[in-house]
Amino acid sequence: MANDKKSIFSPVTAFKNLVKKPETVRYPAESNDAAKRYRGFHINDLEDCIGCSTCQEVCVNDAISMVEMLDVPAEEGQRSERPQIDYGRCCWCGLCVDVCTTGSLEMSRDYSYIEIDPDSFIVTPAEKDINQVDHPLGYLRDEHSDLLDLKRIDMEMLEPEERINSFIEIVEGFSKEQAEKEASRCVECEICTDTCPASMNIPQYIRGIFDDDLEESLEQIYEDNPLPEICGRVCTHTCEGVCAISHRGEAVSIRWLKRYAVDNVDSADYKKVLGTEKIEQNNKKVAVVGAGPAGLSAAHYLSVMGYQITVYDSKEKAGGMMRYGIPEYRLPYDALDKDINYIKSLGVDFVFNTRIGENITLDELHEQYDAVFAATGLHNGRSTRVPGTDNNNVYQAVNLLADIARGKEVPVTRNLVVIGGGNVAMDIARSMARIQMDKYGEVNITVTSLETEDIMPADQEEIEEAREEGIVFKPGRGPKEIEVNEDGTLAQLCTNCCVSVFDEEMNFSPTFDDSDIENYECDMVIEAIGQGGDNSYIDDQFEIEYAGPRIKINDYSQTSVDWLFAGGDIALGPDVITAIKTGHDAAVGIDMYLNDEL
Amino acid sequence: MDKSTQTEIFFGPNHPGVPGNYGINYNFEGDTVTAAEANAGHLHRGFEKLMEERIWIKNTALVPRICVEEPDINEMVYAMGFEAIGEIEVPRRADYIRSIILELARIQGHIFSIGGNAAGIGQYTIMNWGTLTRDYILDIFEEITGARVYHIYIRPGGVRQDIEAETFAKILDLMNELENERFPDLEKTLFENPNAQKRWQGKAVITKEEAIEMGATGPVLRANGVPHDLRKMMPYAAYDDVEFEVPTGDNGDAWDRIKIARDDMLQSIKIIRQLINKIPDGPVQTDLGNGLKYRIPKGDAYVKIESKRGEYGYYMVSDGSLKPYRVHVRGASTPLGLYGVREYLPGTRIADVPVWAKSLGICPPEFDR
Repeated sequence: MANDKKSIFSPVTAFKNLVKKPETVRYPAESNDAAKRYRGFHINDLEDCIGCSTCQEVCVNDAISMVEMLDVPAEEGQRSERPQIDYGRCCWCGLCVDVCTTGSLEMSRDYSYIEIDPDSFIVTPAEKDINQVDHPLGYLRDEHSDLLDLKRIDMEMLEPEERINSFIEIVEGFSKEQAEKEASRCVECEICTDTCPASMNIPQYIRGIFDDDLEESLEQIYEDNPLPEICGRVCTHTCEGVCAISHRGEAVSIRWLKRYAVDNVDSADYKKVLGTEKIEQNNKKVAVVGAGPAGLSAAHYLSVMGYQITVYDSKEKAGGMMRYGIPEYRLPYDALDKDINYIKSLGVDFVFNTRIGENITLDELHEQYDAVFAATGLHNGRSTRVPGTDNNNVYQAVNLLADIARGKEVPVTRNLVVIGGGNVAMDIARSMARIQMDKYGEVNITVTSLETEDIMPADQEEIEEAREEGIVFKPGRGPKEIEVNEDGTLAQLCTNCCVSVFDEEMNFSPTFDDSDIENYECDMVIEAIGQGGDNSYIDDQFEIEYAGPRIKINDYSQTSVDWLFAGGDIALGPDVITAIKTGHDAAVGIDMYLNDEL
Repeated sequence: MDKSTQTEIFFGPNHPGVPGNYGINYNFEGDTVTAAEANAGHLHRGFEKLMEERIWIKNTALVPRICVEEPDINEMVYAMGFEAIGEIEVPRRADYIRSIILELARIQGHIFSIGGNAAGIGQYTIMNWGTLTRDYILDIFEEITGARVYHIYIRPGGVRQDIEAETFAKILDLMNELENERFPDLEKTLFENPNAQKRWQGKAVITKEEAIEMGATGPVLRANGVPHDLRKMMPYAAYDDVEFEVPTGDNGDAWDRIKIARDDMLQSIKIIRQLINKIPDGPVQTDLGNGLKYRIPKGDAYVKIESKRGEYGYYMVSDGSLKPYRVHVRGASTPLGLYGVREYLPGTRIADVPVWAKSLGICPPEFDR
């Protein structure tokens, strides 16, 4: 204390401030602009915003509510709600901006709002903030503050050189670590559920994987889908197309996660986990025609409700197009059988090698059963019917794929052409590529389609993988004629340039340029341009209404004949998940019908 | 107690003589305090329970509010606790930035409380200077983090965003201004003021033994000659890369503590200059995945840092789920504010009660939570 300097004159230095400009009070008032990163009032691009409500999820103070917007349609990939912020609760932390899946939510540099009415502090941020005046942007999320996990876990797949040598499954599946990390990326917005044709509880089964509770995942999956081993491999996954994370990053791998969950639950545990160890029977009988996805789905849900089910199929085994159309390298038979065997274990009877309309009529089924569900699918391949298609060396993809599935030897030549641009064309081309490689040691396959590559209906991944396996693509070509040699063998496929596939009303009406000719040498042609069904077993006996080429059904898959329900590709789709939904709807509908509620 | 000579009054919780929403109920006789009890809890907001109900990332917006005058220490120990249990490493640049933020927080906290102390003895010019100087530092925070007081900037894994070069230049300019203009003015107007010296010297003495018994650290312990500073003893963030001194005092009185606050600020300026000079390039955040699904294994950790008032720590327990199982806040001034009052305030004259309360750095929000 003795050496602390002190003087009564020292504080006099403060007087110098009398002649300085005051540092706070300013007159006239000057506005104080906020810093570049200031976390001010919110603005939201209402068109980019998808209403995923992740901002609401992360808000610390429950300041955000999702409100219905009358002028925003709920379409695929977005909801019609938008965030509304209560500035009485908001603390301007900006976590909502850091987590926004589309990047539509931002903050301005505006910080001043003065109003008597407290209700006016609750606003739905739009292009302008609460003051309705343009302000420069303030806090913006950048790559450091981003709270979302934007990158997918890579799925291990076999290399092309290895794939081409067998029909082994290409996709290897997630490990536990990979699955948990991929599952953690989900923000549980449920926009995927909105899009899924079967409205599967997607965020819930993904959460089961994250929590290492695969039994929970299984339960959630089976609420809407009894064929998850299959869908976890071959579903068209429109859910991933609308995944909220896909806007700024890569979609969550929903399909591979579903596969991981069901691959890792033992089939011996299914009945216990799903609560189907004991089912009370109600002594009513339902016939299902077709053991494809729609039929199997209906059989499953009806069995669980206590009905006695008999499934008829014209083929030797259950599965429909899933077994007889999808190659083993995409959908191995043991995965297929795991799903089918569980349904069988519920007490479903299967009658194979029986065609309705031949071995037994639909009318007889109507007499023997309380209701019938028809899901016979589209198994007849269509033909281009150009000159030469009647030759023995011209085949239908669906017939060859079915024979390959049966394990039968199929004809394969050194030089193949496949006509078609959809997934069936990819399936047959890649299957035949493997058989060619095995027989001749090299792949020589050309796939030609009307569509140019940008509008080919096949999955992009299929096209890329096919290319990696040595298949050559000639898109945008229309088949004109198959030239046949004198001895009946094929010489080449002659094509013209296909100028356009659809007309202005998007009707299928291809136009060609006859002067542009390309010929592809080949000794075998396979057509994969579409399929039709054979509903004669219905139409021969009953008058039912059609909607275009497909059978008309209501929301319960009921046809215009009240005891006859229909589903699968003959009514909707064509794809597996839609077929599963029609089967489920039919089960609910049949149950209501048999209780006089429909 | 003879009721005819004793009077009981409520000093606070709404009183310019107390450092915040905190009261001291004391009995006095003549003008000397004879018995005192803390009247705390007015700032209890239930933070520790609230944190248990929120996922890890959400709590980063909650914790700064636990200590109003120096919010960044909360963000720091919350992140450190998460990183300790999860065994997560933070990039070096993030360590440097965290140290810069903490030192800026130290300066603004000290100058503000020097102003508060001065107000306690009626020197309102210094109080205004304290608030004003702090405002310039808050301008820097606004530029770095987007907010002036509650920054929500230090996060598990690193910091929220990077600092631009022009901001570093602004910080250095401000440090020069503080060192060359404002602190010398403060020195002349307050520290050389015989009035201030008389009011603070020999008052509110807490001895070394009393401080150690109570668990008081920071200026309270250092004023007794103990160079206790966690930045030197258990370096965290980037403090092992910088050189600085730990100011101490000899008498354990209010005057020593307030001088230590001033000297701490001057040391912080030195530290900030070194940090800005040496800061390495690199990322500022370790990728922890989806913020809505942060998860660390089961475990617990007690992490602590040197706040301007002393050891400030969190004891955090994780049960392996998406939310913390328990977060306990160990405020630096908890022992003083709740128990020291009862033990050591009696014997003080009424006019010196504000000196006692403010110079010990009692911070009600950190023990009321």
